[in-house]
Amino acid sequence: MLLLRDATRFSWFALRANTTRTLLMLLAMSIGVGSVIILTSLGEGARNYVTAEFSSLGTNLVIVIPGRSETSGADPATMIGITERDLTLDDAIALTRHPKVSRVAPFNIGAAEVSWQGRKRETTIQGSTHELLALRKWTMTQGQFLPRADIDRANSVCVIGSNIRNELFGPRAALGQWLRIGDRRFRVIGILGSEGQSMGFDVKDAVIIPVASAQSLFNIPSLFRIFVEVKTREAIPKVMTFIKNTIRERHQGIEDVTVITQDAVLKTFDRILSALTYAVGGIAAISLFVAGILIMNVMLVAVSQRTSEIGLLKSLGASARAILNLILIEAVLLSTLGAIAGLIIGHVGSWAIRYAFPVLPAYPPTWATLASILIALVTGVLFSLLPARKAARLDPVIALASH
Amino acid sequence: MIKLENIHRNFQVGDQTVHALDDINLSIQDGEYVSIMGPSGSGKSTLLNLLGLLDPPTSGTYVLNNTSVTELNEDQLAALRNKNIGFVFQTFHLIPRLTAEENIELPLVLAGIEEKNRKEQVNEALVAMDLIDRASHKPDQLSGGQRQRVAIARATITKPSILLADEPTGNLDQKSGLNVIEKLEQLNNTGITLIVVTHDADLGARSVRSIRMLDGRIESDDNPGLA
Ligand SMILES: Nc1ncnc2c1ncn2[C@@H]1O[C@H](COP(=O)(O)OP(=O)(O)O)[C@@H](O)[C@H]1O
Ligand SMILES: [Mg+2]
Repeated sequence: MLLLRDATRFSWFALRANTTRTLLMLLAMSIGVGSVIILTSLGEGARNYVTAEFSSLGTNLVIVIPGRSETSGADPATMIGITERDLTLDDAIALTRHPKVSRVAPFNIGAAEVSWQGRKRETTIQGSTHELLALRKWTMTQGQFLPRADIDRANSVCVIGSNIRNELFGPRAALGQWLRIGDRRFRVIGILGSEGQSMGFDVKDAVIIPVASAQSLFNIPSLFRIFVEVKTREAIPKVMTFIKNTIRERHQGIEDVTVITQDAVLKTFDRILSALTYAVGGIAAISLFVAGILIMNVMLVAVSQRTSEIGLLKSLGASARAILNLILIEAVLLSTLGAIAGLIIGHVGSWAIRYAFPVLPAYPPTWATLASILIALVTGVLFSLLPARKAARLDPVIALASH
Repeated sequence: MIKLENIHRNFQVGDQTVHALDDINLSIQDGEYVSIMGPSGSGKSTLLNLLGLLDPPTSGTYVLNNTSVTELNEDQLAALRNKNIGFVFQTFHLIPRLTAEENIELPLVLAGIEEKNRKEQVNEALVAMDLIDRASHKPDQLSGGQRQRVAIARATITKPSILLADEPTGNLDQKSGLNVIEKLEQLNNTGITLIVVTHDADLGARSVRSIRMLDGRIESDDNPGLA
């Protein structure tokens, strides 16, 4: 029986003797493997990015959103003709009355023009309370955050991010200055540290005012969100029930809010983005399949070009199995080399993505690397079976006569 | 020893049946030197391929060294070809990407013999065929005569009992043709059974036994008595 080492060398010489064919197949294979790796690393990068963003919201966080989530069917409020009630500051205060709730931050949002001595800038104004700082794990570089005051006091103070400070004040001191926001004036009492970014709000671009001031500035009595921080992770379900019950009581028996945990949001995004990663990985894997078909065709041509050689090997005593093995080894060699080249392409590609977009942790997942190599080898062998069997079955006399 | 009894080999070409071998009975003893002559299409190559186990008969029995080879399966035939039969073709059939040396060692490679155990035999064959300084040349760097000598070295590397040559000088000039025939005869002198198909009457006349074929039959056999 033909030794593996000799068979491999024989097949290797056959590959080397036909450089164009070999390079073509290597290219097809490596592009397939490379694209699986690059695309899944992009997907993984996006997933990790979003996950990290949401994690920075803070831990053990429960978010109260006005309006009933559609998932639980018909909205009872609209069915009986009552409009949903707004989320109010009193609702927020009511939510503090649970032993497991450590912080409650009502939250409002609106767009307005911010200006100081003729310098202007359009930005997002966030209204909240003293609690928001700790809840969001932000830091201060200068001054104070919003003061600990009654939740419904519309103090004319604001806290700004470093970008806002630089754009409006330049090198001059911002603390103590009076900013114009919309048609009102607010005194700058603090500058936020530039660490932190959450849900699209860059802390550097933040302007934060007391929630009651935001309500009157934008003339919206309702809240956009209420953030509730729970003392322990285990207490989250209890607190969620408490929130729903409290709001229902306060809203005439109608549960017209949606209560979500940060975990749930994270998990949803994680699921969606994982599915996306699998999907793009799968699509890229199709290119491997196409490479397999190419290999089959090229191997079929190779077999017919080498018909007389196969006849010769048979006349020298090669069994059908030996011929089959020689062709399959050639395919395995090609797929292996193609997979290695693809690995290099894929890893260099995802490195380039990380280099170009440093915020995107585009590392190829291990499963994608392993799966693409496996698929490359399996398609290579599978699609070579047909040509290999064709070669093995050749009639030696006819094969020898062919030219 | 070779013994053919009532051998037929038919080919179906469309709705026509070609009787390439038509009731052949033939015995060849070990160490004989036989030439097979006859017009084109008379069945010489078909007979040689059959003797070399490349082609099965349609009917009849073939006993080779006391084994009825008509009953063997593909793998057994392949193994027997490797060990017992050497082929030399008119068109050499060397693998162009392999050196002379590598072409010669192919039957040993196919037999699964370790590299270190091959070298010695390959060297002996190179010496015997006057190819020692051509060992690492590719076929396209060799003359026709040299190529055929590489093919002879390859055919005999497993020390087969039978050497079959189908028009071995057909593609060679007279001088290198003669040289090739002398090499084959040299091997015959060491005991190998040599069967040569040839067109050339002069070459045919050199053999001890001469068989003439016509239309798939043996027309004459000048020494059947050896059987
Ligand atoms: N594979 C084949 N298919 C059909 N006919 C064949 C085949 N091989 C040989 N023949 C026919 O068998 C006859 C003998 O051929 P062959 O043995 O090659 O003759 P020779 O070698 O004496 O010239 C010829 O008529 C040839 O056409
Ligand atoms: Mg012929």
